[in-house]
Amino acid sequence: MLIKIPNKSHLNDSDVTQESVYQERRSLLKQLGFLGAGALISSALANKAKAGFFSDDDVSFKTQALEYQTDTLNQALIKTPEQKIISHNNFYEFGAKKDQPAALSQGFQVKPWQLTISGACDNPMTLDYDDLTKLFPLEERIYRLRCVEAWSMVIPWIGFPLASLLKRVMPNSKANYVAFETLHDPEQMPGQANSRLGGGIQYPYVEGLRIDEAMNPLTLMSVGLYGKTLPPQNGAPIRLVVPWKYGFKSIKSIVSIKLLEQQPPTTWNKLAPNEYGFYANVNPKHDHPRWSQASERRITSGGLFSRNRIETLPFNGYGEQVADLYKGMNLSRHY
Amino acid sequence: MLTRSKVIVLKILIHAGALIPLLNLYTLAFADELGADPVEAVIHFTGIGALNLLLLSLTVTPLAKLTKQGYLLQTRRVIGLYAFTYALFHLINFLAFEVQFDMGLFISEVIQRPYITVGMVAFLLLIALAVTSINKIKRQMGKSWQHLHNFSYLIVLLVTVHFYWSVKSELTTPLFYFFMVIVLLLFRYKKLKALILSTLK
Repeated sequence: MLIKIPNKSHLNDSDVTQESVYQERRSLLKQLGFLGAGALISSALANKAKAGFFSDDDVSFKTQALEYQTDTLNQALIKTPEQKIISHNNFYEFGAKKDQPAALSQGFQVKPWQLTISGACDNPMTLDYDDLTKLFPLEERIYRLRCVEAWSMVIPWIGFPLASLLKRVMPNSKANYVAFETLHDPEQMPGQANSRLGGGIQYPYVEGLRIDEAMNPLTLMSVGLYGKTLPPQNGAPIRLVVPWKYGFKSIKSIVSIKLLEQQPPTTWNKLAPNEYGFYANVNPKHDHPRWSQASERRITSGGLFSRNRIETLPFNGYGEQVADLYKGMNLSRHY
Repeated sequence: MLTRSKVIVLKILIHAGALIPLLNLYTLAFADELGADPVEAVIHFTGIGALNLLLLSLTVTPLAKLTKQGYLLQTRRVIGLYAFTYALFHLINFLAFEVQFDMGLFISEVIQRPYITVGMVAFLLLIALAVTSINKIKRQMGKSWQHLHNFSYLIVLLVTVHFYWSVKSELTTPLFYFFMVIVLLLFRYKKLKALILSTLK
């Protein structure tokens, strides 16, 4: 007779927690959180908890798989889990709290989309939704993202160099700067309709780069992350990624790119010029007036106890590729 | 219901209302189920929780007077002590999870960042109030106890400044808190006027 002695680590079907039980437990936990917060916390936080609570019922935004060339150079970097990248966002158009963009953006319409490239160039053009992923070969770029709030992530973006796009529109001799603008659509973007939700910043969100910064091979137009098209909270359908600058430079959901002779205004600089400069290069030696920029917390996996505080590197570790752009400039003055 | 039982029921509600959210918060945070950045989440939750409890503790006296329910005053101490507890967790969160025991960074942030300095001053004052809330000490202090505990008005102002100063751009919420603080202080108009005059002399 064959006597089967099961290995201790072997799990039977009966050991598996049924999905319904698992889900129930999760919703119970969430309810607890909601009640606790509701009892104690201001209405603003309660709303946030509510948004998180009901977001399960929403139909989530559908992303599509992309074809791209893998980033072979940076696979050793420990990536931030996808779930964290798509649930922890500063995108005030959908709410100024970190979990609001994911909760309030799932119905965002990206089709049709128009991205206009105009200004000081010989061949202005307008891209539609399909052009964004089809006009240029896509590549993966695993970049560090350093937020001005002193946290950071490592994100596998999918996109194409901004330089490829700019070359196509043929900038003329007057093109010294590039200005970017986010979609302005208060009906779709609740933060633009309600200044409390939208964090009291001016809309539409605008950003800018010097032309040589824009042409640097690191500067990416991103259309996806983790192999799929961008979800709205990360800036669908197309956003900028400038990995050596603080995250707020990497403007999301872009509808306009303009080549200009003069330096364009930028959103955070308009709001608090002493805190946020035009350049906004990651610089551990230049503190934000209200907090240190010398180190950062790298968000990877792990709860409260993960030891994730690391030194911040000049130009976010991309000095070799970009330091030359700022030769002879006083970076404490041009922060 | 007897007054005694009312007080007991109220206190049970206060204990539950303060402790359950705190337990829930850390359970989720340690399991990494509190969003992408549990550190920011626990700092904000305990910070705003401390401010809410401070406001609640200052609401008790005017409420008791308006409704002529004197027994409500018996809840002030426990609410105040929970405000202190939340503030303590807020500080521990910053030290342990934000700066991760980098004492050099901790000290330089407290000294160099005005909003943190203000928060720290408020916390030190809160320690004094919490320690002197013990009955024995309270009795020994006599009249000076009330003088010391008048600092609660200054503390709530400092904490609101700390909050206002800490946000990046959304000012509506901190301004709403300022409004609530002003309303609560207006109930003490005469007392505050006398306090300020006697300090200026």
